[in-house]
Amino acid sequence: MTNISNSYTPPDPYSLHLEDIDVSNPRLYETWAHHKYFKRLREEAPIHYCKESPFGPFWSVTRMEDIKYVDSHHELFSSFPCSLIGDFAEGESLANFIFMDPPEHDLQRLAVQPVVAPQNLKQLEGLIRERAGRILDDLPIGETFDLVPRVSIELTTQMLATLFDFPFQDRHKLTYWSDCAVGTPELAGGTDIDREERWAALTDCLQAFAAIWKQREGQPAGYDLISLLQSNDATREMINYPETFLGNILLLIVGGNDTTRNSITGGVLALNAFPQEYNKLRNNPALIPGMVSEIIRWQTPLSHHRRRATQDTEIRGQKIKAGDKVVMWWASANRDCDAIDNPEAFIIDRPNIRQHASFGFGIHRCMGNRLAEMQLRIVWEELLRRFRLVEVVGDPVRTCNNHINGYLSLPVKVHAW
Amino acid sequence: MPQVILKTHDGQENIAEGITGDNLMSVATSNNVAGIDGDCGGSCACGTCHIFVSDDWIHSLPPPSTMEQAMLAMRPDRQENSRLACQIELTDTMDGFAATMPEYQM
Repeated sequence: MTNISNSYTPPDPYSLHLEDIDVSNPRLYETWAHHKYFKRLREEAPIHYCKESPFGPFWSVTRMEDIKYVDSHHELFSSFPCSLIGDFAEGESLANFIFMDPPEHDLQRLAVQPVVAPQNLKQLEGLIRERAGRILDDLPIGETFDLVPRVSIELTTQMLATLFDFPFQDRHKLTYWSDCAVGTPELAGGTDIDREERWAALTDCLQAFAAIWKQREGQPAGYDLISLLQSNDATREMINYPETFLGNILLLIVGGNDTTRNSITGGVLALNAFPQEYNKLRNNPALIPGMVSEIIRWQTPLSHHRRRATQDTEIRGQKIKAGDKVVMWWASANRDCDAIDNPEAFIIDRPNIRQHASFGFGIHRCMGNRLAEMQLRIVWEELLRRFRLVEVVGDPVRTCNNHINGYLSLPVKVHAW
Repeated sequence: MPQVILKTHDGQENIAEGITGDNLMSVATSNNVAGIDGDCGGSCACGTCHIFVSDDWIHSLPPPSTMEQAMLAMRPDRQENSRLACQIELTDTMDGFAATMPEYQM
């Protein structure tokens, strides 16, 4: 997902006719202009219809309350066969439960969920902490470097490799496959991975994990995700269903990759933008768990998920027809002042800090939320132990994507205590 | 004001006092009971106020709604006495109500 232009300035949303606003434009996210657009929609058209976009016509749901409603009513708003604003090309869909409705969804999710249960994660915490510490110990004190590849990507990739017990020297493949899975233009507006490259990568991913699966069969059960899938009655035959196997492996990779990576970078940016909060953190590291929730809200690493109306229905008087695309913009819900006081501010000890939209709601709520929180907690505990300040010394370059809200680079310097 | 007992998975008792009409999730969180998160603020939409209601009390509660059942169905640790605390309204007759919290909310 490379940045395609640095010179684009989106128009002021207030200069446009309401009906011409198209929040699917990935450049809005690349320029962080989306917040202003959503502010206008929340105020003037909280359920907004965009009649024409590269992803077809779609409804935008922008307020927290309405997003909870849509996300909780899976019988009215279906996730099948895709929950991103775009659609998979013919024959290239992925079979995993986030793109399913009950009852199939429930069966598959319940099978995979124990893999990321807090009891299991505890077993991995020590190894994740040790590897994170090693990356941070190698950082040059007082010199400018790019936080994204050196820390955010490296940490997340190593954590992923640890979770899967994936061959450590090949760990960068995990990041590549993750990028390929959701980085194509037709899905979410990403710009530089074409369909052919994507499909080749996903095939490679399937083969690699099938080999790991075979190799691990009959070995004593470990706490890595593959061993856990193999030791669970509901998933031990998963290898025989390649589409489901690949779909679930990719879900675990994608779910645990961009989100955590971009929350690491986002947290550094937020603390630099709100230095008084950085002071609070230095004075009281016990605030880290709460801060992790606030980072996840402030960044909102996934900007949206999409549903399709299963029947004619109505939200706030807007008539939605069966088959219409309905997009829940979590990025907007997390700035909704009816739900969150002073939502523009980053406050690491705000009340009800866990009550953000970033994990979604209802039966599709993020399954890996505890894993994400644990990873970010470890990263910040280890960062704070070593550095007085991770200083932002230049502008971030953001991803051009309306789903993955992230960063390609961020120049920083670290300062020791 | 009715008092309820929320036990941790290893048996430690927390006593929380609430106002009739409040939901049990908010009673727990306003009394700072660790182990009940209530991440969705009480909308039956996150499942992080999962509790196991004691045998003495489970049958006196109104049955769970379809939405609550759908959320409970996502819990690998679900038991027959599983409920979401945000969907239980505190009544005057619930003084002494007892439930156990899971080891982890998910």
